Amino acid sequence: MTARPNIDMSLKQWTAVCALDDIMPDSGVCALVGGRQVAVFRVSGDQVYALANHDPFSKANVMSRGIVGDLKGERVVASPVYKQHFSLATGQCLEDSTVKLETFAVRVNNNIIEVEA
Amino acid sequence: MSTQKIVVIGNGMVGQRFLEQLTGRMGSDQVEITVFCEEPRAAYDRVQLTSFFAGKSAIDLSVVPDRFFEEKAITLRLNDPVIAIDREKKTVSSARYRDVPYDKLVLATGSYPFVPPIPGHNRRGCYVYRSIEDLEVIRAAAKKSRIGTVIGGGLLGLEAAKALKDLGLDTHVVEFAPRLMAVQLDEAGGKLLQRKIEALGVTVHTSKSTKEIVDGEKHPHRMVFADGGALETDLIVYSAGIRPHDALARAAKITVGERGGIGIDEYCRTSDPDIYAIGECALWNGRIFGLVAPGYQMAEIAARHVAGDESLRFDGADMSTKLKLMGVDVASLGDAMGKTPGALDYLYTNPVQGIYKKLVVSGDGKQLLGAILVGDAAEYNGLLQMALNAIPLPEHPEDMILPVREGGAAKGLGVDMLPANALICSCNSVSKGAICDAVTAGCTTVGALKTATKAGSTCGGCSPMVKQILDAELRKQGVEVKNHLCEHFPWSRQELFHLVRVGGLKTFGDLLAKHGSGHGCDICKPAVASILASCWNEYVLKPKHAPLQDTNDRFLANMQKDGTYSIVPRVPGGEITPEKLIVLGAVAKKYRLYTKITGGQRIDLFGARVEQLPLIWRELVDAGFESGHAYGKALRTVKSCVGSTWCRYGVQDSVGMAIQLENRYRGLRSPHKLKMGVSGCTRECAEAQGKDVGIIATEKGWNLYVCGNGGIKPRHADLLATGIDDATLVKYIDRFLMFYIRTGDRLQRTSTWLDNLEGGIDYVKQVVCEDSLGIGAELEADMQKLVDTYECEWKNAINDPESLKRFRHFVNSDAPDPNIVFVAERGQIRPAREDEKETEKEEATA
Ligand code: SRM
Ligand SMILES: Cc1cc2nc3c(=O)[nH]c(=O)nc-3n(C[C@H](O)[C@H](O)[C@H](O)COP(=O)(O)OP(=O)(O)OC[C@H]3O[C@@H](n4cnc5c(N)ncnc54)[C@H](O)[C@@H]3O)c2cc1C
Ligand code: SF4
Ligand code: FES
Repeated sequence: MTARPNIDMSLKQWTAVCALDDIMPDSGVCALVGGRQVAVFRVSGDQVYALANHDPFSKANVMSRGIVGDLKGERVVASPVYKQHFSLATGQCLEDSTVKLETFAVRVNNNIIEVEA
Repeated sequence: MSTQKIVVIGNGMVGQRFLEQLTGRMGSDQVEITVFCEEPRAAYDRVQLTSFFAGKSAIDLSVVPDRFFEEKAITLRLNDPVIAIDREKKTVSSARYRDVPYDKLVLATGSYPFVPPIPGHNRRGCYVYRSIEDLEVIRAAAKKSRIGTVIGGGLLGLEAAKALKDLGLDTHVVEFAPRLMAVQLDEAGGKLLQRKIEALGVTVHTSKSTKEIVDGEKHPHRMVFADGGALETDLIVYSAGIRPHDALARAAKITVGERGGIGIDEYCRTSDPDIYAIGECALWNGRIFGLVAPGYQMAEIAARHVAGDESLRFDGADMSTKLKLMGVDVASLGDAMGKTPGALDYLYTNPVQGIYKKLVVSGDGKQLLGAILVGDAAEYNGLLQMALNAIPLPEHPEDMILPVREGGAAKGLGVDMLPANALICSCNSVSKGAICDAVTAGCTTVGALKTATKAGSTCGGCSPMVKQILDAELRKQGVEVKNHLCEHFPWSRQELFHLVRVGGLKTFGDLLAKHGSGHGCDICKPAVASILASCWNEYVLKPKHAPLQDTNDRFLANMQKDGTYSIVPRVPGGEITPEKLIVLGAVAKKYRLYTKITGGQRIDLFGARVEQLPLIWRELVDAGFESGHAYGKALRTVKSCVGSTWCRYGVQDSVGMAIQLENRYRGLRSPHKLKMGVSGCTRECAEAQGKDVGIIATEKGWNLYVCGNGGIKPRHADLLATGIDDATLVKYIDRFLMFYIRTGDRLQRTSTWLDNLEGGIDYVKQVVCEDSLGIGAELEADMQKLVDTYECEWKNAINDPESLKRFRHFVNSDAPDPNIVFVAERGQIRPAREDEKETEKEEATA
């Protein structure tokens, strides 16, 4: 067996996707990041979140088009198809503990939103 | 304790339920589970099998939670039947693995369809109806066939007949007994069911025993009957009963019944205490239970027993059934045939409407023993509860099956009368007590109850009762009547409407800051957006409103299951010029959209990607079309009949009136959608009495009906005014609609609004026709303001660069969503199913 060089295999990198103002407060957009579909949300107070855009229940790529809000203090987005809620912070589905959306690192740099994928 | 090795044979609905029950009780450090299944896929909803032909895919039917086997560390061997059990060595061998050891073995092998051994029974083109694979071959065969015949007129046979009908075949049912569903129905019920099914175009042959099947003259098969008759057909589906899969047990010398079935005790143990049998393969007290609910009970009892809990025992199961066969309600419960000595019957038949109801009561007239309902099974849940819980019969038992006439008191059984042990959800054995406990523990919605108790999650038939219990319990807790919109607003929709109007509030943010808390959610945001639109009629895509809208309102189109949208231009009154028809055709062709005539007299174009919506609407608006608001809680259509212009019976211009009304109320936002209809005479071809607002022309003027509903719970409209002229008609409708908009609850159609309004239709008459509250002029003025400020949302959207920005899939790329894939069907597109997408991908990479 040959030894592998010790490099970071994740190959993740930051990608600028759009300006903060391209997203209306309390809504989302979908960004293409390294071939992945990422739903990026902006909530009031200009906090941003990034989750997989794929809705595991309907299997459609539409999470970015859900309504953003909060339930019992947790920031959530509701699937626009069958209305399950997902935590913006963790991707956890509130109605089904076995379902979780992938989350992505996201930051605002000089008013530009960047996602790591 | 060392880990126990559990082997389960069969991953049907019951086997799967066992796995869920067991893993809920024992962790993967305690048990090591291996499952063998002969079928190529994990458990799916066999009960809903027929919906496969109505468009459900294999994936839709799955009953296995996402990632279940991985997370529970269960080894699942699909496509791998077990062929032998060695009880001595305590191992099983499958087609691919030898000597897999077990400490406990569970047989959940189900059953297989019985094929009567008539000569010719195994000719090509003869099928059974049990698994998704069976359906796939039937579907393929149906493509080359015109006539399909089902042998067997029981419950499953009729399901199979429905499937053949859905596949477009000329369908026949051949039944040996003198009536359909002989197990569940009596003579009169069976005959009525037969009439109704024949009216749907299925030919039923009863009292026919098939002697042999031979080559036909015009069709491949000729079924020859004992009475000398014959029937030619292209394909045959057997549905003549089921037989338990007990061969493995038999070979291993486990006790089986004389006529099949693996014998079990009250803990579902077979004659070998380390081997359990559950579901349709199991024989308890000489009986096989061909329904899923008893199987689920067995699954739980066996799982508990494996985990060392002996608190639950199997002691039989209720075989009551309620189903919809080709749209016909059929229910049978308890002692439906009146076999109890001394039992008495109450009967109600309505040959015109096709309804038959029978109550079987005890000789002393005190207890309900059973019932049969055909054509209308609305009372099923109530009657079942009454029979199961031995609730004393009311003074006049016949009232429970007689139709309620106007002025009559509503009948039915309040949920409060039920004892705590009343079984509410029979599929999942959930009692009233368990539901009440879950409510006490904090469930406040039907959805939460479903997750917590599983009630309502299988056939859904118990959902109305679950909701009633929930409401009753909440009311008791005092959470009740407050009717809060959601956790963000301690107000009802009606109260919020007043707060918005009185306070002159124009945005969600203002309302939340003044009267709510938190950030809002998908319940309150669209509701408030609708209130704002009803009050101020501002363009819904204004940035400040857009994030409030449900995706349908936000993109001014209905989202479909694959993330594409539909386009429904307004066609007022259903009247359309040839030029406009051609435009719709041309646009659909250009953008490759699927077209369908809707139930609302207009044309729906499906399959538009989000970025195509403005392009398509630009062409439609240029050709003079407007938004049809199919996406909004707003006026949908005003259906018309052709009326006096052409029809020899018409007494007024119903099309003209429909167009006038549709143009007046288009775009009107309301608590729920609104539909209207105008008929030109009492023959009522526009079905106006099934609409929120229905108008029927008479020689003396218009008759105005309100609060009708089709849909989930049909309701005939009530008469509000008779013989009125055009101006009065519009005035009354203005007042009626505004009154509803002000007082209706979120997502409450006019029908449920009226049913919950104190004083009912008489009160509405006073308010609308007699102006008893003195608000008539105000309501009319409010409406006039909305009418005057109407704008077509799509026209606005395509001319507003700010709104247009939203219509793209990616914020940072013009590419379309690659997950949207279509295939061709009947000359048009349709969304590809997941399995079709897979093959597409494989072909692309191959
Ligand atoms: C397209 C259409 C079916 C068709 O192909 O014919 C249709 C399609 C839908 N109906 Fe409908 N309904 C359609 C006519 C009807 C009718 C018949 C009618 O209007 O005469 C009814 C029964 C009449 C009634 O409403 O009283 C009907 C009763 C429903 C209901 C049950 C409402 C109820 O109060 O019980 C729903 C569910 C809901 O609104 O919550 C519903 C919901 C839906 C939704 C919106 C479901 C959804 O959320 O995706 C479907 C959207 C399709 C789309 O994307 O455009 N649809 N729906 C019909 C559109 C008519 C139109 O031109 O606008
Ligand atoms: C069309 C249709 C409609 C129905 N409608 C209703 C309804 O409305 N209400 C209702 O309550 N019930 C209904 N039923 C009945 C219901 O589906 C069954 O009661 C239920 O599926 C039984 O579940 P089970 O797990 O016991 O058996 P099954 O679902 O038959 O599962 C047994 C599994 O074990 C596998 N198996 C068998 N032998 C072996 C072996 N040696 N090795 C490995 N695997 C093996 C089989 O391939 C199968 O996958 C309907 C059934 C059909 C076919
Ligand atoms: S909602 Fe209406 S259109 Fe959609 S499937 Fe049901 S009945 Fe058909
Ligand atoms: S009775 Fe079938 S889901 Fe409750």
